[in-house]
Amino acid sequence: MKDLGKLQITTPSDREIAMSREFRAPQALVWEAYTRPEHLTRWLGVHNGWTFPICEMDLQVGGNYRWVWRSPNGMEMAMGGVYREIAPSRRIVCTERFDNPWYEGEAVDTVEFVEKSGVTTLTMTVLYDSKAIRDAVLQSPMESGVAAGFDKLEALLPSFASA
Amino acid sequence: MPSAGLDATFAALADPTRRAILARLATGDASVAELAAPFAISQPAISKHLKVLERAGLVTRGIDAQRRPSRLEARPLAEVHEWLERYREYWEASFRQLDSLLVELQQRDRKPGDPTRQTKPKGAKG
Repeated sequence: MKDLGKLQITTPSDREIAMSREFRAPQALVWEAYTRPEHLTRWLGVHNGWTFPICEMDLQVGGNYRWVWRSPNGMEMAMGGVYREIAPSRRIVCTERFDNPWYEGEAVDTVEFVEKSGVTTLTMTVLYDSKAIRDAVLQSPMESGVAAGFDKLEALLPSFASA
Repeated sequence: MPSAGLDATFAALADPTRRAILARLATGDASVAELAAPFAISQPAISKHLKVLERAGLVTRGIDAQRRPSRLEARPLAEVHEWLERYREYWEASFRQLDSLLVELQQRDRKPGDPTRQTKPKGAKG
């Protein structure tokens, strides 16, 4: 129970970022919450006044999805892609591309659902076109601890404390 | 959305020696010689790293011709930090809402005969 609810961010390979989170619910239910528009629009990115007015999902291999979010001041963020693999309650693989891309090319998302003793682990892995893009998106500073904040930079190299 | 400047900051931060230099500068301004002291690398190598950090706006150099002390510039790091925090917060906030939704869906599934019931939990306890 200790780490339940803790978001883990890891880098399984040179081109990937993975996020993992545990939920106290059966796998089939987490799958349902992730794959039905009426559920997804109630949790994904809908905080700080953002709404999720367009959520189209043709959940079949080769089917498209398109998601559009809107901010309180009318700004929109839109993305979509194509489903490549669907294993009900277990796994979804799809492409992802933003309308106003903030990284080059197209990424491939793999979402996996694994249940153990009533706790379902949701893992989302994003595979970018290159290591450079992945690094630019996230990895290097995250791993370096810069994510911990400017004021904690000193902690990166304890030897400096005594230097 | 990250700007081109943010890209340069990320690239500059990708190197451990450069991060160590920044960590040192966080404790106060330092000359190239002072920065090189704890490392097993030459002053010219340190100078090269400083140039990358300068280009990314992470470091400025003093005009003192002898020492040219380097100074840490906080703004680009603050931007990176802010962006990463937003990324993490985005997912943490989303997943907290998913927690609540899952509680609601489980309550729905516990009510037999509920017309809105859509899935049947297999082997669910309680």
